[in-house]
Amino acid sequence: MTTVVETRDASVRRNGRTVWSGVDVTVHAGEFVAVLGPNGVGKSTFLQVVLGLIEPASGDVRVLGEAPGQANRRIGYLPQRHAFDAGTPVRGVDIVRLGWDGDRWGLPIPLRGAKSRAAKERVDEVVEMVGASAYAHRPIGQLSGGEQQRLLIAQALVRRPDLLLLDEPLDSLDVTNQASVSALIQQVCRSQGVAVLLVAHDVNPILPYLDRVLYLAHGGAVMGTPEEVITADTLTMLYGTPIDVLRDRTGRLVVVGQPDTHEHH
Amino acid sequence: MTAHLTWNLVEDIRLLLQFPFMVNALRAGTIVAVVAGAIGYFMVLRRESFAGHTLALIGFPGAAGATWLGVNESLGFFGFCVAGALVIAMVPAGRSSERSAVIGTVQAFALACGLLFVSLYHGYLTGLNDLLFGTIIGISETQVLILLVAGALALAALAVIARPLLFASVDADVARARGVRVRLVGALFLLLLGVAAAGTSQVTGTLLVFALLVAPAATAVRLTANPLAGVTLSVVIAVLVTWLGEGVAYFSPYPIGFWVTTFAFAFFLLASGYRRFAC
Repeated sequence: MTTVVETRDASVRRNGRTVWSGVDVTVHAGEFVAVLGPNGVGKSTFLQVVLGLIEPASGDVRVLGEAPGQANRRIGYLPQRHAFDAGTPVRGVDIVRLGWDGDRWGLPIPLRGAKSRAAKERVDEVVEMVGASAYAHRPIGQLSGGEQQRLLIAQALVRRPDLLLLDEPLDSLDVTNQASVSALIQQVCRSQGVAVLLVAHDVNPILPYLDRVLYLAHGGAVMGTPEEVITADTLTMLYGTPIDVLRDRTGRLVVVGQPDTHEHH
Repeated sequence: MTAHLTWNLVEDIRLLLQFPFMVNALRAGTIVAVVAGAIGYFMVLRRESFAGHTLALIGFPGAAGATWLGVNESLGFFGFCVAGALVIAMVPAGRSSERSAVIGTVQAFALACGLLFVSLYHGYLTGLNDLLFGTIIGISETQVLILLVAGALALAALAVIARPLLFASVDADVARARGVRVRLVGALFLLLLGVAAAGTSQVTGTLLVFALLVAPAATAVRLTANPLAGVTLSVVIAVLVTWLGEGVAYFSPYPIGFWVTTFAFAFFLLASGYRRFAC
């Protein structure tokens, strides 16, 4: 299996403080991995290290076989964000299209040439893939949080990345949308063979869809399948506070007592 | 000097174009409207109207100073507006409260300087009125040429930065992650806004630039959420209100600034009404 992200004993320091250290991570092609952990532990920082925006203080990091930052054109990134303003006079398809060539100088001349047609086809394709065709031509600011999030995922996917980095994509969504967007990400992961690193502070909505989890904590990091890592003992050790893991009647894991689950709502 | 409307379109257009000053006014107006319509669209998208207004007001001391020193007025407008844009661009965009405070302070000082230059120059009253509210007469061939060159350069530059600018304007965080140099693009846009404000001031006067810089764009975004259609519509509306305003001003005793602004406002009201009933 191809390795997409690999870190060996990596650590990061910011403002003279060690954010995390001793992190060993391997993410394979087409894997859906959640980055979990308490607030302020450096989950977003981990994505920024993968993007090459922050240098690790020690250890080795390889992304898509290269040094971080060298392969960013093969990475789709969705930063942590607030919703679009209601008055934003731009359609969903325009947002997706910006992901295709919005970073390029100049205009696509001719405006209706073969290149533009290829871009338009690709935009329609990803919009269809995320199930946003019905509302992609409406102004983005008038769409619900879940609809906006689907279009932003389409934007991150439009250049056929090998790795998708999603920072708290479920944060502003209600419970139903959290589940459907998680299911969508899993499906994209499977059908497109793209590896996904998803940062979340609440594990429960994504738990049924994950392949593996990476738990970051001040003491270090643990990576493995949900069954291996999401146990009362491991989580209690990582958080330093008692945490229970229960199974509901369908056999699903539910984490109880996660200190930051409802903190900022 | 007021011409009489015959209500015969061909005859009226002949009357309109019989004097070179009116031909120059229409040329200048058209150039300025195209530039203001296109750049104004991005200004509205970026919510930088306050910066745009201030840049226009900074043109006032530039032009007043140029008149006082006997230099071409256009150069005064462009020089001051572009310099003002550079000053505003140096304030980090992230801190919007700080930015608007700096912009407001610069604006007040610019107006005060303009007042000083006007009083130093003894052609006092008519000069002040024309600078602030525009005039249909007195646009020279040289001024048209300067407007044309500046406008063409600004539009070419806008075409070069259009895509990253749109990206940075609607979603700065994602744009930055995609490698767009958000700060640089924003600073370049302010320069273009300075050029647009300086050019527009010379037709509508510094106080009424928004007739062409904001109103057409605000009208366009009420009618379409497609960026390409939005820019095009904004330009078309700006050109239309300029032609209507200049034409009516020629046949009426009232000033051009009033007419251009009134037509722009009418378009805006119609678009707002349309959106209310259509949605």
